[in-house]
Amino acid sequence: MIRYFQEIFSGLWSLLVGMRLTARMAVAPTITTHYPFDTLEITPNFRGHIDLVINPKTARDKCIVCMMCQRACPSGCISLKGEKPEGAKKKVLTEYHLDFTKCSLCGNCVETCPVNALEYSRDYQLAGFSRHEFHFDLVDRFRQRAREQGLDPKVGDLTPPPPKPPKPAATETAPDASGSTDG
Amino acid sequence: MIPRPDPSQETLVLNMGPQHPSTHGVLRVVLRLDGEYVLEAHPVIGYGHRMHELMGEVRTSSGFYANVGRMDYGGALSFGHGHVLAVEKLAGIEVPPRAEYIRVITTEMNRIASHLLWFGAFLLDLGAFTPILYSFDDREFILDLLEHVTGARLTFSYHRIGGVARDLDDKFIEGTRVFLRRMRERLDVYDKLVTGNVIFRKRAEGVGVIDKDTVLKYGATGPVARGSGLAYDIRRVEPYSVYPDLEFEIPTATEGDSFARYRVRLAEIEQCLRIVEQALDRLPDGPVQAKVPKKVKLGPGDAYQAVEAARGELDYYLVGDGSDVPYRMKIRPPSFSNLSLLGEVCQGVLLSDLVTIMGSLDLVIPEIDR
Repeated sequence: MIRYFQEIFSGLWSLLVGMRLTARMAVAPTITTHYPFDTLEITPNFRGHIDLVINPKTARDKCIVCMMCQRACPSGCISLKGEKPEGAKKKVLTEYHLDFTKCSLCGNCVETCPVNALEYSRDYQLAGFSRHEFHFDLVDRFRQRAREQGLDPKVGDLTPPPPKPPKPAATETAPDASGSTDG
Repeated sequence: MIPRPDPSQETLVLNMGPQHPSTHGVLRVVLRLDGEYVLEAHPVIGYGHRMHELMGEVRTSSGFYANVGRMDYGGALSFGHGHVLAVEKLAGIEVPPRAEYIRVITTEMNRIASHLLWFGAFLLDLGAFTPILYSFDDREFILDLLEHVTGARLTFSYHRIGGVARDLDDKFIEGTRVFLRRMRERLDVYDKLVTGNVIFRKRAEGVGVIDKDTVLKYGATGPVARGSGLAYDIRRVEPYSVYPDLEFEIPTATEGDSFARYRVRLAEIEQCLRIVEQALDRLPDGPVQAKVPKKVKLGPGDAYQAVEAARGELDYYLVGDGSDVPYRMKIRPPSFSNLSLLGEVCQGVLLSDLVTIMGSLDLVIPEIDR
């Protein structure tokens, strides 16, 4: 009989202990962020989808079209194309498509890039009405982002590179001179 | 056999799931009920099968980083740890000590987060709404720290063959120290709020008793085995990584009921805090990534690596044929075995107790289905 009442008492007491805690927490400062009105600061290390790095000096991308990212991607969601402008040694990136529907954000592409031409975007509000919205054209995005930064984007620019500053005359004429002496 | 409706008997066949709120995802349990008592319970799995093992066999090892987080959303880092350890064993790659310590620190933090997730979800199953808000507050703290260092909240893809993706910075280390202090106080809060609570005690004590023999018969591991008195923890039984250097205990309970498993998990959080504290103190300097060839050639040969995930023993078995794509990858997830004993334990229990038992097993369905 005593045990019965003991149990009731200890049971009620345990509830009271919990209630006291709840009451204390009820007046404690709020820990939640009211999302659409307040947002949290995103860590700079946030790993979103990829974007092309903008070189602020030249307003160009850094990509050398080596296809390493395309090969490193386990899901095969990257496709890119480049062209060699006349008279240039390096290829110029003309198309860069990211199929974000397949991407699993592993970051292999960014890590494998030999020239650090890729960076993580910090977009996290990625929702859309159709799957086609997730086929990102990164060259297009590059242009937009560069304009936002006040740059004139020169991505995919196939005009031949500006002629190099003329070299000193002595070295330029050296082979001709040597040829003429032989002959 | 899945129970079928039988008009000659006065029993009811009921599908619990695959969308029942207390089944944690897409688990379907077919029940034969007599009134409110469960006569048979058959888990039907496979709704979330995505062929992760096969994906491991068609991709290079570095392509599998992203998959590990999709198997166990609660404790993705343990899965990544097991994968890279198995690959490193097969390819013969040495890992710098700092990287190994970082792996342990982040994995243990992730284990705490996983147990906190379980704590909230388990009590939510029992009808207690408040504790999940408390535990998710702490869990958010961990996830923010881990997001800062890995770049993602749940699907970390942090472990790399031969190291980790990013070095720990001062912000993470300071934040972790703050968390260690805070979490010790919070464990006291949990004790006051839940452990002593008479309603919780009445619903968890003596419910779903799993004895040692059942545990051994079904190969259950993790807190389920430790709650039944088996001190089986891979970190001690088959030590890997830097765990032999660290001091920690393996909490066990002998009762084998849902309450025992609850106590074991809360005690494990405390031990995880100890591990993280020691590992932070001993964190050596140096590189976090070993020099790894561009193509990590596997084998020829095989490698087997067991790690202690948040839910129990996780095994990776890799067979390599000398190329950079594994010939065979076998993953033994802990929840699969832990779920398999449900049918035996649930005979004759009340339907509401079945929810308690399933909650106390801490099931993660994507990990079972893979």
